[in-house]
Amino acid sequence: MTDLAILPTTRDEDWRYADSDFLASADLRAINHWRTIEVPVGETRAELRAHFAGEAELGITDRLRVLVRKGGRFEGYYALGGSAYQRIELEVTLEDGAHFEFGGVTLGGGNKAQEFVTRVIHSQPNGTSNQIVRAVQWGKSTGNFLGRIEVVRGAQKTDAAQNFRALLLERGASANTKPELEIFADDVKCAHGAAIGALDETAAFYMAARGLPPEAAKRLLVQAFIGDAFAALKDDAARESILDRALEQLGDAV
Amino acid sequence: MLKIDNLTAEIDGKTILNGLSLSINAGEVHAIMGPNGAGKSTLAYVLGGRPGYEVTGGSVSFMGKDLLDLEPHERAALGLFLGFQYPVEIPGVSNVQFLRESLNSQRKARGEDPLSGGDFLKLAREKAGLLKMDMEMLKRQVNVGFSGGEKKRAEMVQMGILDPTFAVLDETDSGLDIDALRIVGDGINAIMRKADKAVLLITHYQRLLDYVKPDFVHVLAAGRIVKTGGAELAHQLESEGYEAVAA
Repeated sequence: MTDLAILPTTRDEDWRYADSDFLASADLRAINHWRTIEVPVGETRAELRAHFAGEAELGITDRLRVLVRKGGRFEGYYALGGSAYQRIELEVTLEDGAHFEFGGVTLGGGNKAQEFVTRVIHSQPNGTSNQIVRAVQWGKSTGNFLGRIEVVRGAQKTDAAQNFRALLLERGASANTKPELEIFADDVKCAHGAAIGALDETAAFYMAARGLPPEAAKRLLVQAFIGDAFAALKDDAARESILDRALEQLGDAV
Repeated sequence: MLKIDNLTAEIDGKTILNGLSLSINAGEVHAIMGPNGAGKSTLAYVLGGRPGYEVTGGSVSFMGKDLLDLEPHERAALGLFLGFQYPVEIPGVSNVQFLRESLNSQRKARGEDPLSGGDFLKLAREKAGLLKMDMEMLKRQVNVGFSGGEKKRAEMVQMGILDPTFAVLDETDSGLDIDALRIVGDGINAIMRKADKAVLLITHYQRLLDYVKPDFVHVLAAGRIVKTGGAELAHQLESEGYEAVAA
C-alpha cells in the first residue's frame, strides 16, 4: 500500500466494494491521510471509535497505521452506523510477541456500504492477532470485511485468527468478506471463518412465546450477535455504551 | 378459559388438525396423548401462534378473546405459556436478561409497572429453587450447554417466573430421568395447580401423569380428539396401546 496521492477506484482490489459516488467526489488529501500509532515495547494502547452521526455526509474513511513493538498490545474497537459510505482501514505491524485485538461492527440500512479493511503484518516471531467482525445489514446495504494477514519469513509461532459473521435482516441486504493469507513461515497458526445468515426465526418465536415483542426480540438477538466483537473489551462501561449506541442504529430496521 | 371449536390447521398445505374441539376450564388439568404424527405438537404451536402453522378453519377463544387474532407475544401477555418440546438455545443472551425483559414486556402490555432488577432476582431465585436449579444456571446463556433435562427444568423455571394463567406443555417429560421427572411434576403442581389456572399436558407416556394428575385425558388421532376420559384412560392407553383404545 502506498501513500501516493491518487484517488482509488472500485477497480482497485481493496476498494472494490466502495461507494463509487463517494470516491468520485472524495477529497484527495483526506482519503490518503493515515493516522499513525506506535505502541512502545511491552505497552498497551487501545482505541474505541464509533461513527454513528453524519447521516448527511457522503462518507468517511479512517485509515490507521499501527506499529506494535516487542511484547506490546494494540486493541481497536470500531462501530460503523452512519453515512452512506464508511470505511475503516487498519495496517498493523507486529514485532516479536506483540498482539493485535480487533473488534468491528457494522450496522446499516438503506444503500449504505460499510467496511473494514485490515492488513496485519506479523513481521517477527511469536506475534498473535485476533480479529472479529460482525455485520448487521438491512435495506439494500452492504457490510464488508477484507482482511489480509501476512506472515513474513521467519515469523515462527505466529498465531493469527479472523472471524466474520453477517446477519442480514432483510432480503436485498448483502455482505462480502475476503480473507487473504500470505504465509512465508512454516510453524504458524492462521485461522479464518465466515458465515452469513438471517435472523434465527426459531429463536424469535421462542422469545415471542415468552412475551417479547418482535422489536425487543430482534434487539436482544442483534445485541448478542454483535457482542462477540467487543467481548475482549475489558472496560465494562465502555463496552455497554458502544453496544447501546450501536443498537440505537437498529431504530429504522424492520 | 380456553375453548377450541372445530379447529383445522395445515403446514405447507398439508392438513394436520382436522376439526379439533376442546374446552378447558379454570382449575383443570388436561392431558392429550396420541401416536406420533397425530398433531399434538401442531396443536401446541397453533395455540402459541408459530409462523408457518396456518389455521384454515374453526376458532379458539382464550380468556374471552379471539386467540388466533393475537400475535405470539400478545398471547403470552394474556397469560398463555408454551413449554417447548425442544427449548431453543439463544447464544449471547443470559436467562436473567431474557426472562426479565420478557416478564417486563408482559407487565407493560398488561399496564403493570416493571419489576426492578432486585425484585426480579428475588423472584427468579425462588422459582429456580422450586425446580432445584442453581441460580448460577440462570446467569448462563439461554439453554446453551444445558442437558436435555436441564432445558426442561429451565422451561419450568421460566413458567414459574412468568406465572401464566394457562400452560400448554409439549412433552415436558421427554428427556427427564426419574428424579428430574418428579421435580418437574412437583414444579408444575406448585406453579399451576390453582383454582384460577389450567394446564394442557401433551405427552406420550403415563409416567408424568403419576405426578401431575389430570382431570381429563384425551386421545388425539389424525388431527382430532377421538376419545376422552378420566385419569384411568391414560393407564388403559399405556397397557393396551393407542390403536386398541382409539379404534
